[in-house]
Amino acid sequence: MKPMLSAELALSQPIAEPPKIEVRNLSFYYGASQALKNISLSLPDRTVTAFIGPSGCGKSTLLRCFNRIYELYPRQRAEGEILLDGENILDRAQDLNLLRTRIGMVFQKPTPFPMSIYENIAFGIRLYENLSKSEMDDRVEQALTRAALWNEVKDKLDASGLSLSGGQQQRLCIARTVAVKPEVILLDEPASALDPLSTAKIEELIDELKDDYTIVIVTHNMQQAARVSTRTAFMYLGELVEFDLTERIFTAPREKRTQDYITGRFG
Amino acid sequence: MFGHTIQSFDDDLREIGDILDAMGALAGTMVSGATAALLSADTALARRVISDDAVMDDHQRGLDARVIALIALRQPMAEDLRTVVGAMRIAGDLERIGDLAKNIAKRVAAIGANAVPRSLSHSIDAMAQLVLSQLNELARLYGSGDAPGLARLRAGDERVDVRYNAVFRELLTYMMEDPRKITPCTHLLFCAKNLERIGDHVTNIAENAYYMLTGEQLPPDRPKQDETAAPAA
Repeated sequence: MKPMLSAELALSQPIAEPPKIEVRNLSFYYGASQALKNISLSLPDRTVTAFIGPSGCGKSTLLRCFNRIYELYPRQRAEGEILLDGENILDRAQDLNLLRTRIGMVFQKPTPFPMSIYENIAFGIRLYENLSKSEMDDRVEQALTRAALWNEVKDKLDASGLSLSGGQQQRLCIARTVAVKPEVILLDEPASALDPLSTAKIEELIDELKDDYTIVIVTHNMQQAARVSTRTAFMYLGELVEFDLTERIFTAPREKRTQDYITGRFG
Repeated sequence: MFGHTIQSFDDDLREIGDILDAMGALAGTMVSGATAALLSADTALARRVISDDAVMDDHQRGLDARVIALIALRQPMAEDLRTVVGAMRIAGDLERIGDLAKNIAKRVAAIGANAVPRSLSHSIDAMAQLVLSQLNELARLYGSGDAPGLARLRAGDERVDVRYNAVFRELLTYMMEDPRKITPCTHLLFCAKNLERIGDHVTNIAENAYYMLTGEQLPPDRPKQDETAAPAA
């Protein structure tokens, strides 16, 4: 295997501003098995970055490092540094609850709480802020509007979150994430269980949210990565193979492994 | 390179490649046929070139339809995307080359026998051979995936322009000498201009093929050297 340039060197259009997230020499282990091998990359503020690659390449693992959600499980550990605005979030002193308000996450399967639509949003806000009823009403409406769900649910805020369709549930989860005013939103296969129309709504939403948030999306759907992201990282066997502008990756990638994967010539 | 996991994708790409190859070969046959017909006043050969153009047009329509279907049904990416979009553009240039060859062939009957003086015939023949060699070289470089060769080929188009300018001056001299030659010489001038245009299409194809192979665009156009476009004061 030929030696790889570091992603920073290879990027055809270097990132000018200080990055929102900078990953430095990150390795990750599930017990004895190494899932990420010395990953380094920088994610600019207020853009969408997509991670693509075959199953088991480490893209979801990398995403799970950003909010340290892996710590819920024993024997999982990360080495290296992840700097959020220059501050290492892998530091033991890092307050995890605070970190997870700054970096929100939406999962593959919609995960609404078994409570009303209103409470799904208000629940998270109450953990961090003490708001009056009218202020809370405003925040709930804001979050649901931001997630392009308000018009569909404004007349049934007391209905259970579970009564919504799959696509609506996923937008409810995005609203819940947005409600606590995060800086970064992590999306792990957010549309893989949704029909094309719901998928289009989520993609439109991502496009709108990128003006205010740094978004990282893991997706198996390459067309989706191409549609929604500004930069794309291709990962394979725990390595970052290529990281570049999305347009570049999908028209003229530099690495043969990237080319083989996105043209459907793998293995 | 590995084949696609979905093998019928490879079949579709191969089919498009085959049509493109057929168009390239036909373009060469038409240009050499048109030139030979012109220089030997062979009207039967000229008629064959004219009828070949319909075959060329059919090829192009077939290729366009396959490329559009492939984009819609398979969503090609990276090299595949460049290949099919490039094939469509190259097919457009080859079809134009066919049109220009046909236009030369159509003038054969109008010019008539013995209208082309020997030295002039030699100049036009030399120009035609140069264009043909460019066309053949193009097919060879494209077939072997030689990107640097394609970049050099593009630069070689200047030589065709130089030949064209020489033919133009020679024709002017003949027309001034003998006004009865104005009609056939004007037809010949158009023929030479068509050959020069064919050279330009070869250049376009070289640029497209270079992009297909490398994903990089060649630097902007070289300066044109057509002295006939703006006569010296």
